[in-house]
Amino acid sequence: MNTNLAPILARSTGAADFSNDTIWVSVIKAVAILLFLLLSVLFALWFERRIIARFQQRLGPNVRGPFGLVQSIPDALKLILKEDITVKAADKVIYLIAPVISVFCAFMIYAVIPFGPMVELPGGFTTPLQLTDTPVSILYILGITGLGVYGIVLGGWSSGSSYPLLGAVRSTAQIISYELGMSLALVSVLLVAGSMSTSEIVNSQENLWWAFALLPAFVVYLISAFGEVNRLPFDLPEAEGELVAGYQTEYSSMKFAWFYLAEYINMLNVAAVATTVFMGGWRAPWPLVTLFGEGVDQGWWGLLWFILKIWLFMFLFVWVRATLLRFRYDQFMAFGWKVLIPVALVWLGLVAAFQGVRHFTSFDPTAIDVGGLSLRTVLFGIAGILIVVTIVMYLIPDRGKKPAVEGAGAKVPEPADEPFDAFAGGYPVPPLPGQKLPPSTRRARVTTPAAPAEDETTDEEKTDG
Amino acid sequence: MNAALEISTGEAVLFWVLAPLMVAGALSLLFAKRPVHIAVSIAGVMIGLAVMYIMLEAPFLGVAQIVVYTGAVMMLFLFVIMLAGVDSSESLVETIKGQRGIAVVGLLGLLILVITVLTRASLPPAVGLAQANADTNPVGVARLIFGDYIFAFELTAALLITAALGALVLSHRRRLSPKVGQAELAEAKLAAYGKGGSAEGVTPPAGPGVYARHNSADMPALDAAGNPIDDSVVTVLRVRGQEAETADLDADRVARIATGAPMVPELDGAERADRAELDEQAETTKENEE
Repeated sequence: MNTNLAPILARSTGAADFSNDTIWVSVIKAVAILLFLLLSVLFALWFERRIIARFQQRLGPNVRGPFGLVQSIPDALKLILKEDITVKAADKVIYLIAPVISVFCAFMIYAVIPFGPMVELPGGFTTPLQLTDTPVSILYILGITGLGVYGIVLGGWSSGSSYPLLGAVRSTAQIISYELGMSLALVSVLLVAGSMSTSEIVNSQENLWWAFALLPAFVVYLISAFGEVNRLPFDLPEAEGELVAGYQTEYSSMKFAWFYLAEYINMLNVAAVATTVFMGGWRAPWPLVTLFGEGVDQGWWGLLWFILKIWLFMFLFVWVRATLLRFRYDQFMAFGWKVLIPVALVWLGLVAAFQGVRHFTSFDPTAIDVGGLSLRTVLFGIAGILIVVTIVMYLIPDRGKKPAVEGAGAKVPEPADEPFDAFAGGYPVPPLPGQKLPPSTRRARVTTPAAPAEDETTDEEKTDG
Repeated sequence: MNAALEISTGEAVLFWVLAPLMVAGALSLLFAKRPVHIAVSIAGVMIGLAVMYIMLEAPFLGVAQIVVYTGAVMMLFLFVIMLAGVDSSESLVETIKGQRGIAVVGLLGLLILVITVLTRASLPPAVGLAQANADTNPVGVARLIFGDYIFAFELTAALLITAALGALVLSHRRRLSPKVGQAELAEAKLAAYGKGGSAEGVTPPAGPGVYARHNSADMPALDAAGNPIDDSVVTVLRVRGQEAETADLDADRVARIATGAPMVPELDGAERADRAELDEQAETTKENEE
């Protein structure tokens, strides 16, 4: 058995080397990460407001500082200086520790995220741009995320009010269900990378990012990430229209600010995990490596690529928020359990079978020759052709429009022949396909008293219609 | 991964900080009144345990402890306790006769056992940690689970899946009537309305206030004929008699809306009088409230 397991390990390229780090180096790194996260949250507030504004054809904050950049600072100060209210019905101790749990768990994820490769500091000291790494980093991330739920649940419960409780219940159900899909998506990466250590996973993506090789897992991860951070279209725990503000309803001032901070750091967290696990971490995008040589894939350059990739995901979060509507709760749960988890599970099974065949038999699927080309080249070729075909099919206009409603079970109304009856079922109904709405009697009354000239009436009718 | 397994200062400090906290958390099972406090304390104990495992160079076990027990099992407990009610506290009724006596005897036995082991047993020096963790800890654990103990592992997996399926089967109920979705419900409501039923559920109830004239909560909304809709004012105000009188408030205006003629922004004499009357009414109601 032991000899059989060996080939999987042979792939591992070695974790980052922390042997030079003393406790002071770790403290400096921890403080740097803390600063990075706090500044990123301030920047994210501005970033989100500006981008959302662009989507809504307005400018967003643009007065304080260059491009309105420092707007977040007075906003944060305002939040902290507000009166701190503890509601009477609250369970005091838990009410207080809930936001603390949230924010602590949010800060802890970045401890195992690699910001870059080994770098040399002035003075010849070399250290990896990462606080620490363990052989179980990915599990650690999942565990801490699981703990973070306690903040939301306890915050909702301890407020002693019904909307927060409902928000908390939703949030628990949501995060637990979406964490399953998320974990399954991550496990398929762990299988091919052969390690749970984040630095090793980044190293395993030297030639190919897992986002491309394991596309279904990446898609499942991305979708569950939205559920995990409670953002639109999955922001059911704090759905304004239904639950006021969900679990945060009874929180104010500093305690509310902590929840808020945790929410934004959690966005940065899932972005960082997606970057590390699927998008090559600090590795430079390969066109740049081809253009400028290996140099851009080493040293401090890694930090730049890593941060750029994180903000790519942050942009995606904002983009989706600006575009999509909130799900209904039952649809959301059905989607998680009946779509995401089965897809992730089937994909995991396929990946496991592939890896099993590769490692436990002498048959190596990646080494198949198809007419002189390796399997990888052939697969990439097919994928490329499919993408081109899809784009071309988008560009070709549809011949003869099909009815808009399709699919089994959907009722396609027959074009009606009888004249339009506005009260067909005893209540007001819109015209069926093929029926014409009679001209409004009211519009005639609006235009007649003014008795304008003939040509003006037609103009008005045009604009009115 | 030191072969001699000396306990370093850091380890000792961590132990003596964590251990009392964990014992205190565990004691909350006995002394805390609210179930949620107990659940949170036990979650704390579990995290302490996980840190201990990691300290003892079993990071996989430690993290699995957090993911499985704290993240899933305890969270489900908390979920149920939360739904049981915010103020519910533990029932102290003895359900099995002599339960307490048995528990005390059991506790005494356990104490004697632990003390005996701690004072009399001489354990050999622990060996093999470096060897077990040679290819990182998770790989060592994987070799044991999927190598030496594969049979036990698969049996446990089968047991857990059977339990989960059993729970599903036991809690499953066959639907007696077809599921009513959002679309069917809307259709049914409209059909009922068409047959002369109430419009409730078809249109949302009117809110109070007359747009752009009088927006306070005590002013009933007007229907298309200019009659006040009593239901649009909250029950509390109606019961207290604080609903504003509208009488034939805006009949003229309503009539004009119904004709579809464009609204004129200036006020004529009658309307000015109306408005003055309204303001007066508003003020008197305010005084009444105060």
